[in-house]
Amino acid sequence: MKLVMAVIKPFKLEEVRDALTGIGVHGMTVTEVKGYGRQKGHTEIYRGAEYAVSFLPKIKLEVAVDAPLVDKVIEAISTAARTGQIGDGKIFVTTIDKAIRIRTGERDRDAL
Amino acid sequence: MISSQSLKRLAIAAGAVALMALPAVMPALAQTPATPPPNKGDVAWMLVATVLVLLMTIPGLALFYGGLVRTKNMLSVLTQVFAIVCIVSLIWVTYGYSLTFTNGGALNDYIGGFSKAFLVGVTPESTVATFSNGVYIPEMVYVAFQMTFACITPALIVGAFAERIRFSALVLFTVLWVTFIYFPIAHMVWYWGGPDAFGNAAKALAAAVDPAAKKTAQDALDAVTGDAGLIYKWGALDFAGGTVVHINAGIAGLVGCFVLGKRVGYGKELMAPHSLTLTMVGAALLWVGWFGFNAGSNLEANGVAGLALLNTFVAAAAAGVAWLFVEWGVKGKPSLLGMLSGVVAGLVAVTPASGFGGPMGCIVLGLVAGSACFFFCTTIKNAMGYDDSLDVFGIHCVGGIIGALATGILVNTALGGVGIPDYTTKPGELAVGAYDLTTAIWAQAKGVLLTLAWSGIGSFILYKIVDVVIGLRIAPDKEREGLDIAEHGERSYNY
Repeated sequence: MKLVMAVIKPFKLEEVRDALTGIGVHGMTVTEVKGYGRQKGHTEIYRGAEYAVSFLPKIKLEVAVDAPLVDKVIEAISTAARTGQIGDGKIFVTTIDKAIRIRTGERDRDAL
Repeated sequence: MISSQSLKRLAIAAGAVALMALPAVMPALAQTPATPPPNKGDVAWMLVATVLVLLMTIPGLALFYGGLVRTKNMLSVLTQVFAIVCIVSLIWVTYGYSLTFTNGGALNDYIGGFSKAFLVGVTPESTVATFSNGVYIPEMVYVAFQMTFACITPALIVGAFAERIRFSALVLFTVLWVTFIYFPIAHMVWYWGGPDAFGNAAKALAAAVDPAAKKTAQDALDAVTGDAGLIYKWGALDFAGGTVVHINAGIAGLVGCFVLGKRVGYGKELMAPHSLTLTMVGAALLWVGWFGFNAGSNLEANGVAGLALLNTFVAAAAAGVAWLFVEWGVKGKPSLLGMLSGVVAGLVAVTPASGFGGPMGCIVLGLVAGSACFFFCTTIKNAMGYDDSLDVFGIHCVGGIIGALATGILVNTALGGVGIPDYTTKPGELAVGAYDLTTAIWAQAKGVLLTLAWSGIGSFILYKIVDVVIGLRIAPDKEREGLDIAEHGERSYNY
């Protein structure tokens, strides 16, 4: 079992969700986050007062899938979230030790 | 000793005048009632205008300012503005109205007296003069209308030292400030005898034939002319409060941010507005309420009220356009906050001119005010390095000065203005007085300078007193935590 965690541009969320549903992923967790990488930040001006805003709004997406599906998930996210511009985000994959569905008590692959 | 003697002499002279005047006055009194009854249309309009001006302060100004501060200080600003309205309205009916709109005896040039303290003598039947001969409105309505002006003026100052003042200090400062700054300035600018006092005295002078009667009538006219505030007597025009409200509050704000010092982290930390949405709602309410402020200041529902309303509309629009495009050109982006700031600057600038200038003149005024205030808030403020949190000085004082001076130009009938009001050359009606550019501008400038000096120096003294008695500035750790939790024990948004 693998946990795929992706940080993407907020407006790409719907496209990514559609792509993942298309390959059979039926659940995900989404968080509104702030961060920066190579994109750095931007400048905001309020009545002439300039502020450098280094943390930009992003979406963090977490999907737990069976190991064989990982490459298709990575492929789906990278295709759907790509704009070609700096700041498209990153994908991280880690291994899951255990998974439990709370309602039924099912474990591991059955719980995904 | 001297004063009692001169009082006695005065009493004898007054008695003599009364005796001489008696035969002439008696039939006049029998023929005409004291004042004509108020027109219901005027009364209805003034009641609405009063409510509109309150809408400017709560929630208009409160939201406009509140949206501009950081989340942790939102409630402090709302509380400060709301508290000022509550406190000042009570002070107004207790002694404020009396100090502003009665004769102050020896100090009448600067301040009124206590003859109407606790609204003594103000009844549903008593009336006050407007700007037309023979037109009166109920004094109760006038008290309420003017009350809303007294409430908004100290509330405007809050923006200058937002996010760092102690609430208790603000309360004490407000009480002192309206008493020693607002009431005197309002008295100096707006206290006068009314059109009929001028008209009747001028009529009596015209009717007088023999030299003795002429002398008496001239003295009576001089007495009427002299029974007014200092700035009014200088001939300075202020239709709705450019000096009384905006320059007055603006300079007090500037002094305040110098006395209190900069916010912790100013220039280093992000101090972006927490909700421009609410600021937009507030600015829109200010604009709507301002129609009551300016058009209501005409005190009658007539064509001049319509003129003031239209001028208010177009000057605000012009200033909004000016700031928007200037900022677009200079900074590269047309910002909402810029346009809102421009609109408010235009409203401020047109306030003294609204019932005197013409619509085209007021558009020019708006364009100038929008551009000038942009320059002030973005360039001069940064160069001078003071922390006027919400630009009370850059918008209200600078816009107010531009408007006050421009009123002296725009009133000219050649530029579409209504002309200098003259109640004596054609007694009984409002005539257009002689216009001279230098005289008009100089009168305006004197009014501006006296207001700047009175409010600037006076506010400085009051800040220092409050600082000694209570302490103006909140402790740095509490300032970092935010005034909402530290001072009021609440937070704005609990998600």
